[in-house]
Amino acid sequence: MNAFSTSPQFKDNARAALADRELQSALKFVEVNFIARRQEVADKLPEFDALRDSARDIKNHTLANLDLYLEAWEKRVVAQGGKVHYAVTAEDARKIVLDLCRKLGARTVTKGKSMIGEEIAINEYLEANGITPVETDLGEYIIQLRHELPSHIIAPAVHLTKAQVEADFRRVHTHLDANRDLTEPTTMLAEARGVLRDRFLAADVGITGANFLVAETGSSVIVTNEGNGDLTQTLPKAHIVLASIEKLVPTLEDLAQVLRVLARSATGQEMSVYTTVSTGPRREDDPDGPGEYHVVVLDNGRSAMLGGEFRDMLRCIRCGACMNHCPVYHAVGGHAYGWVYPGPMGAVLTPSLIGLDKAGNLPNASTFCGRCEEVCPVHIPLPKLMRHWREREFERHLSPATVRGGLAFWGFFAKRPRLYGLATSVAMRVLAWFGRGRGRFAHLPLAGGWTRYRDFPSPQGATFQSQWKARQR
Amino acid sequence: MAEPRKRVGLFVTCLVDLFRPSVGFAAAKLIEDTGCSVHVPLQSCCGQPAFNSGDRNTARAIAEQVIERFSPFDYVVAPSGSCAGMLKAHYTELFAGDPNWFPRAETFAAKTFELVSFLVDVMKVERAASHFGGTVTYHDACSGLRELGVHAQPRRLLGTIPGVRLVEMRDPDVCCGFGGTFCVKYADISNAIVEKKAANIAATGADTLLAGDLGCLMNMAGKLQREGKEIEVRHVAEVLAGMTSEPGIGQSADEHEPAA
Repeated sequence: MNAFSTSPQFKDNARAALADRELQSALKFVEVNFIARRQEVADKLPEFDALRDSARDIKNHTLANLDLYLEAWEKRVVAQGGKVHYAVTAEDARKIVLDLCRKLGARTVTKGKSMIGEEIAINEYLEANGITPVETDLGEYIIQLRHELPSHIIAPAVHLTKAQVEADFRRVHTHLDANRDLTEPTTMLAEARGVLRDRFLAADVGITGANFLVAETGSSVIVTNEGNGDLTQTLPKAHIVLASIEKLVPTLEDLAQVLRVLARSATGQEMSVYTTVSTGPRREDDPDGPGEYHVVVLDNGRSAMLGGEFRDMLRCIRCGACMNHCPVYHAVGGHAYGWVYPGPMGAVLTPSLIGLDKAGNLPNASTFCGRCEEVCPVHIPLPKLMRHWREREFERHLSPATVRGGLAFWGFFAKRPRLYGLATSVAMRVLAWFGRGRGRFAHLPLAGGWTRYRDFPSPQGATFQSQWKARQR
Repeated sequence: MAEPRKRVGLFVTCLVDLFRPSVGFAAAKLIEDTGCSVHVPLQSCCGQPAFNSGDRNTARAIAEQVIERFSPFDYVVAPSGSCAGMLKAHYTELFAGDPNWFPRAETFAAKTFELVSFLVDVMKVERAASHFGGTVTYHDACSGLRELGVHAQPRRLLGTIPGVRLVEMRDPDVCCGFGGTFCVKYADISNAIVEKKAANIAATGADTLLAGDLGCLMNMAGKLQREGKEIEVRHVAEVLAGMTSEPGIGQSADEHEPAA
């Protein structure tokens, strides 16, 4: 079992999202801010495109030798006193984390932001087993208060307006003065920090994600802007890292290269405010750090992607640039996609992880405008991979009967140009006759999807091919 | 000795063939003006609807026909970035690993061009012989822009028409929401996208919207007209060729005032 999914209801989700005024006003932030900031830092760095090529090559090389690098990385982790736990499924990963927490006698755990944590729905699981997880990333903290999934992989609460967050804080932080001023985002941030400070000190275990695993040193790496990740992993007795197999890079040098494209592509920063490299538990002469260091490495379908046509997707470094530039994401936001990973990267990854039968809408809901591929820091051909899902769907007869029927009808004629020419020239003459005078249709049978929102232009009359033929005579 | 006239096979695209033949004639004129001869072999569609719906077999069957019928020509030119992108960038993908068809698809791809790119990049056309007058704004249709690099070429040629003033809209490179079958399969989302596009177009104050793809143009025209915005919508080839006597896309003869 993975995290709960509403991906099969994508169309209904999208319709609700389009009608949600608060969501629509929050989504403007994505379009206005992320894009301009990324462009600005990209323009300032002449080698940005060369770095993207290099990042792609590093990830490709790692994926081609993943077994070797995983082994080398594990050896280093163990040599430094850390432990590695491999989890084939989300269920396995959850059990490993719960076992560790129980052995440590944990009652509360703090959490840094982790998409793997979302993927395995670790919070619900810990809670069901009597352990309280506390999200410490501001965005994650907010959506935890609301019992929601993140709507964006780097900005989990981007779907909310300031007013909505203020209302949540007033609802939950009842120990604070009801008349306090929360109009400024900075005061809300200070309030969250105040509440979280005690939680950091009380936590028995800290769970973080990992942006990267470095084979050369046996390290896990997180990048954050709030510093919450550092408190999460250094204060408690134990640090549990949630990672997946494709997070590996060979060396620190490689890490440095990939980091240079990550923050630029994600938030338009040159670097994130904090880049934290964790290597094993606290050593004797370390002033602080966790007593135990565990890394849970999740597969959950990824190794199956390695040998197939979706392998390119494993290069993804989770920057979110694809969704930041996606017109569909701009229109409906991340929750409409119905699972953990939204936007173009989610449209490719989600069917791999929860099944095409559930997530079939996602790779279909794209105009193939190609902007995602254009900005991807590791050149993942996202539209092509979405098309591969459509091919699997067509092969498995999962696409709707109306679509298949329409396609077969059209295909019959398109494969027979002479017949097609006859049929279309008659059809266009008829349509032109009905559309004469006005030049367009406000309603058209069988084209309701179009004419609900737009007029449909009337054809000019005889087809080009028939007119051309007549002229050549 | 003079070089023999190059023979261009015009892939007119199914939408132009069916809905707007005047674009095909404008394309033919523009190509003939470069000294090439224009030929129109029997054709239906480039196969993209099947390809993008996951039906590779139908897409391949159509692609084989297109490659076959256009084999006699020196160039293949299409007045659409989307269809030209399919012919140039995706046919090779369809035949990957096929020892017979892959080389043919590669040869075919190498001689295939989007119309305006063909004029500027291949035939080195520097001026458009057109007397069109008015304020225009240009939408960069996605496939032409991102698969074929069509961006500067139409603007350069439009800039040589004395009566044309080009006003850029906000986000000219952002999708209009058409997306082929997407616009009917996900009509609500498509509408939200084209609403933004229509607002950006209207905000320029331009009296004519141009682009190089009829699908996108029909989508944007349909939205502008539904919203009651009186902006004439045309394929860029019509303006470059100076062939604008037909009403704009979706316009009635009464709404169309021929340029003085």
